[in-house]
Amino acid sequence: MIETYVLPVLKILVLLNAVLVSVTFMTLLERKVIAWVQVRLGPMRVGPHGALQPIADAIKLLLKEDITPARADRWVFTLAPIVSMVPALIAFAVIPFDRDVTFFGYRVPLFIADINVGLLYIVSVTAIGVYGIILAGYASNSKFPLLAGLRASAQLISYEIAITMMLVSIVIMAGTLSMVGIVDAQYRAGVWYVFLQPVAFVILFIGGLAETNRAPFDLPEAEQELTGGFHTEYSGMRFALFFLAEYANMIVVSAVAATLFFGGWLRPFPNVPALWLLGYVPGWVWFLLKTFVFLYIFIWIRATLPRYRYDQLMRLGWKVLIPLAIANLVVTAILKVLL
Amino acid sequence: MLESLVFYSLAAFILGFGVLVVTARNTVHCVLFLVANFLCVAVVYVMLAAEFLAVIQILVYAGGIVVLYLFVVMLVSLRRAPDTPPDTRRQSQLGFILSAVMLAEMSAILMYSAARPSSAVASAPAPAGGGNTEMIGMLLYSDYLVPFELASMLLLVAMVGAILLARKDV
Amino acid sequence: MFDTNELVINMGPQHPSTHGVLRVVLRLDGERVVGCDIVIGYLHRGIEKLCEHRDWAQIVLITDRMDYVAAASNNLGYCETVEKLMALEVPRRARYIRTILAELQRIASHCLWLGTHAMDMGAMTMFLYAFRERELVLDLFEEYCGARLTYNAMRIGGLPLDLPPGWERKVREFCAVFEGKVVEYEELLTHNRIWQARTKGIGVIDGHDALAIGLTGPPLRGSGVARDVRKDEPYAAYAEFEFDVPIGSAGDTYDRYLVRLEELLQSIRIIRQALDGLPEGPVIGRVPRLIKPPAGETYHAIESPKGEIGFFIVSDGKSNTPYRFRVRPPSFCNLQALPQLIKGHLVSDVVALIGSIDIVLGEVDR
Repeated sequence: MIETYVLPVLKILVLLNAVLVSVTFMTLLERKVIAWVQVRLGPMRVGPHGALQPIADAIKLLLKEDITPARADRWVFTLAPIVSMVPALIAFAVIPFDRDVTFFGYRVPLFIADINVGLLYIVSVTAIGVYGIILAGYASNSKFPLLAGLRASAQLISYEIAITMMLVSIVIMAGTLSMVGIVDAQYRAGVWYVFLQPVAFVILFIGGLAETNRAPFDLPEAEQELTGGFHTEYSGMRFALFFLAEYANMIVVSAVAATLFFGGWLRPFPNVPALWLLGYVPGWVWFLLKTFVFLYIFIWIRATLPRYRYDQLMRLGWKVLIPLAIANLVVTAILKVLL
Repeated sequence: MLESLVFYSLAAFILGFGVLVVTARNTVHCVLFLVANFLCVAVVYVMLAAEFLAVIQILVYAGGIVVLYLFVVMLVSLRRAPDTPPDTRRQSQLGFILSAVMLAEMSAILMYSAARPSSAVASAPAPAGGGNTEMIGMLLYSDYLVPFELASMLLLVAMVGAILLARKDV
Repeated sequence: MFDTNELVINMGPQHPSTHGVLRVVLRLDGERVVGCDIVIGYLHRGIEKLCEHRDWAQIVLITDRMDYVAAASNNLGYCETVEKLMALEVPRRARYIRTILAELQRIASHCLWLGTHAMDMGAMTMFLYAFRERELVLDLFEEYCGARLTYNAMRIGGLPLDLPPGWERKVREFCAVFEGKVVEYEELLTHNRIWQARTKGIGVIDGHDALAIGLTGPPLRGSGVARDVRKDEPYAAYAEFEFDVPIGSAGDTYDRYLVRLEELLQSIRIIRQALDGLPEGPVIGRVPRLIKPPAGETYHAIESPKGEIGFFIVSDGKSNTPYRFRVRPPSFCNLQALPQLIKGHLVSDVVALIGSIDIVLGEVDR
């Protein structure tokens, strides 16, 4: 009774809170990291070293006037940020933070659900997230945000293809679509998949940057774009929801990369008994550490690289990443059969 | 008991959204109701222990095909053609005929299935021998290989056709 | 997607990437730019007319405000024109110091250009790095003449001030630091494939067209034409220094970027030579108390960071003010190339091109 109802609900509550809080503080992390790269300090005033800045931002956004354009479609206008945010949040349901921890005598698995199509679930949920952008562009009742929204979603869909094909190579290696199963397969193989599938990792990373509309693929939301992005007509908390959804997507992509390629909750060199000292660090700490490293790299890339033009971006996705992903898939399949 | 409750409410949603797809005024709303419909159908698949099918339903149908519908609807709505008044009499005549045909078909199916004993209503036990994904994979690549390959050829033809149509002849 | 009619988009005058109050009306066919109309004048302050009512010494102040990013170059151009009109001899020390100031100004102007150009294309960190170096130059200027942007740093006949003690050492330190920074910029941008994809082949103009339009400065040199006023008609102390003038070949944005980057290094070279050979002596020549050039007209041009800036001054010999004061602003002439550069490119390239020409609206509009 407790295990089937109470524990899952508790886990959901904890996870939701954790994700929402981390997403909020990611804004601060991004501002600080970019500031440090740019030889400045970032937010410093609110709280010690600016630690309470996200709270100030949240209060400001909540107090702003909620403007709905007069001729916009009210239902769709309200729906768009929700459709952007919810898929990003529910994707966390299958991400395993650790196999289990003992909590007041109960063995609690640190994932909400381990379904046997976990990986596919994440991909499909991300596909739903595309609707948020299209609807936001549409709801603005203006030609340019609509076109910007369609362009942004075309970008997302194109890179989804490359990512999905790349994921299949991982599935071939692991033999299962379940996230926990993939980590177990890495444990059995004794090596993180990043060493066995470096090309796939690169594709996931680049595709992840494009999926989350991050630099260098952030032309649809760049300020220098003449025609305004898909979120032009949004203000206040609705506007914030889009960007929080973007950060949540970033965390999902980082978590997926950590799980698929870097062994999830496994410590480095999990099969080497000589490093047993590392085993004292709980698995979920390793997992969070790996995810955090990826997030940091996302932010680092944003601070450094210029952005691609839209046609160059699409060319990269279709002409480079997809053939690469297919080639990787074919080679993986052949090697799996031969070896 | 819980399963029946969930199933019947899902069925109500599916039917409700289906009706709304046809009756909504705004085309974009129609498409959105269609997405909601598909999501509910995916949940029904999950209840039938066909989780792979459910996820594929969301990924391909709701996340791919309907996005395409949405693109077309939005781009077409940009260039609004002058509205010709629809020919309601002819439309309702056609509608009547089609509904009658549908009704005949569905009664035939119902009578046919009532004559044979059917399995449980909503949920089914998980099939033995691996999960849903493995079973579908095995079947697709052994018994249904030819239809599978034909379907992919069909998709390839469609893709090439689309590219040719969309290409600007410079 | 759209009908085959042209779509008209307005860019500016308030826009983060127009580098000032510039309005560009783009005509698009789908995503490609078919043509553009440039609307300027939002920053017109009537400088040329103003100068007809200021006496010759006061005009130096006004020239600061034209190309406000490179004020010392404007000062230099004006002072030299009047000195040419009056046939004044400028002492050697003053000429050397003027050269150092002009080259420091070139560095500051190119730093600002680099930062904003990169930021327009998304590399926002370059903006902060470039401005960090620009701050060093502005500190040097502040120590010399007390101002950071509008220097009023030169007088007709020489300079108002001699160098403060320790200034030369600071300039040398800056040169040493800056060379390392240019290497940093190269690492960040020059070999970056995204940067190259955004700049190579964008906005190509060949040498003949460039000359026909009247381009000068790095846009002209990027197209392969070897024309630099410092070499062709040396002024100040340039004849005594050795430096190279970088010439591009493809005439695209990438070449213009490389030309300006190399000019930074050459400026350091000139500054070092000037510091090494700095002669002693007075910093201002024998100038009459009341400056009244004889009747006549003259045109004199120098190489400002934006291009060839020329001053055409007519004096009637009687009054305290010029009869006619006309500037040939390089940004204005370079901006004329924009319609030709833009044609056929995408909307996203427009910001790259405006940045590549490197305009300052203060100079375009005066």
